[in-house]
Amino acid sequence: MRYFSGVDVGSTQTKCVIIDERREIVARALIDTGANIIRAGDRGFAAALDAATISRESVVCVAGTGYGRFKVSFGDLQITEITCHAKGACLLFPGTTTVIDMGGQDAKAISVHNGEVADFVMNDKCAAGTGRFLSTAAEALDLQLDEIGEISLRARNPVRLSTVCTVFVESDIMSYVAQGKKIEDILGGIHSAIAARTIALARRVGLKPEYTFTGGVSRNVGMVNMLEEKLGHHLNVCADSHYMGAIGAALFAREHAQAALAG
Amino acid sequence: MDIIAGVDLGTRSTKVVLLDRSGEVLGTSVMRTRPPLPELVDRAIDAALKSGGASLANVRYIATTGFGRSSYPERDLQLTDVTAAAYGAVRLFPQTRCVVDIGAQSSRAIAIEPGGRVREFKSNDKCAAGAGGFVERAARYLETTLEEVGNLSLAADGAVTISSVCAVLAESEIINHVSQGESTENILRGVHNSLAERAVLLLKRVGIESEVTLVGGMGRQAGMVLALEEALGVPVNVAPEPEIASALGAALLGKRRFEKAVA
Repeated sequence: MRYFSGVDVGSTQTKCVIIDERREIVARALIDTGANIIRAGDRGFAAALDAATISRESVVCVAGTGYGRFKVSFGDLQITEITCHAKGACLLFPGTTTVIDMGGQDAKAISVHNGEVADFVMNDKCAAGTGRFLSTAAEALDLQLDEIGEISLRARNPVRLSTVCTVFVESDIMSYVAQGKKIEDILGGIHSAIAARTIALARRVGLKPEYTFTGGVSRNVGMVNMLEEKLGHHLNVCADSHYMGAIGAALFAREHAQAALAG
Repeated sequence: MDIIAGVDLGTRSTKVVLLDRSGEVLGTSVMRTRPPLPELVDRAIDAALKSGGASLANVRYIATTGFGRSSYPERDLQLTDVTAAAYGAVRLFPQTRCVVDIGAQSSRAIAIEPGGRVREFKSNDKCAAGAGGFVERAARYLETTLEEVGNLSLAADGAVTISSVCAVLAESEIINHVSQGESTENILRGVHNSLAERAVLLLKRVGIESEVTLVGGMGRQAGMVLALEEALGVPVNVAPEPEIASALGAALLGKRRFEKAVA
């Protein structure tokens, strides 16, 4: 059996996926990128090989993506994460027309037409709307990142944030706590402000359903809910949404290997 | 003796300047801002009185400025940050045409007409980009103190590039620079360069005109002053106690109102 891999070296986490010739996912790996970007790609790939219990040699093509894609030393090709997220989204949700990707340190909206990227906008200038904002908020409340979404769903009187600056939100949260605001209402306000900001970004490529939500923040059920509420529309999300860039990259690796074989 | 107090309640520190009716500075104080603010202001005025050997009974008029200006019930007058910074800068350097005011959580550029009136200003208080708090956080990462930062940055033999506008994302860049073995000096110079760049962008929007005066505590950091001078291409005025400029401006305007009231 021949396998293909996509390695998505993100600013915060590195995702690696291995697929087979029928485009089935056989293994996934998720690690923190850390300071050493070159090692992150190696470690992610090794972890995925382990999970798949296959040898390095049976992976015939590897595609790198994400901000560290050029540091994937063993990669056969490099493709931008925008192209890869669109590709992955169209495999799992063929009706996708808009991809909303919220990653560790950036957020993107991608408009997709016939499986191809038609347009995209990106916020990498400001941490608002990224996982980094949410992890800062979680830390300020002494909570785990993976529990804040669930808690935000219980908000009855969400607070109104005065700014969405990640630096200022720490002290804003402190003062809300001091005022006796409920944790769920603080988190409700935070999710609402960030969702509004992300939709404003997406509006620049045009808001056209179906929407597919990708990136690490797609694991946050509170954000999914808030985006759906504000969009007035369902979002496609699945357990593999976090791996979407790596899945797209693996699909490109497969196409690349098949083209090489045919050519 | 009648004393007029100018109080600048900043997000990081609270500054007091006491003037007599001839406009001479009788005493000053700087304290870390901590709630409750009314008690803090009382203590800061007391400390300034002690430094000037005067008594509270002589304080006839109190003008406040800064983010907490409306939090002191005993105030006679409250002024915006812009007005206070402009008056303080012009008193310190009468030929001032542009003021750069870098606070812990905000930054602003003010254009001054000949004669000392504010013509125009631009400020950033929605986001921490370009604000002094970034230097404090960087210093913490680099395990140095705010007092040492200025000279360390001045001793740099180069400067790293910090491309992120966002203070939070810039912190990740600093971590990367540290892990790549860059010197503390060159990283701090990069931090000062990035703040200078933000300040110049604000200044350009009001029109850069000499003389330029830097007010706020960042003026204590020699590397910051040098970075700003290099980015602007003109010398920058800095007072020996740049952090009290806005409190001085508030006191001067307070004195003017007091004179009118007693006349």
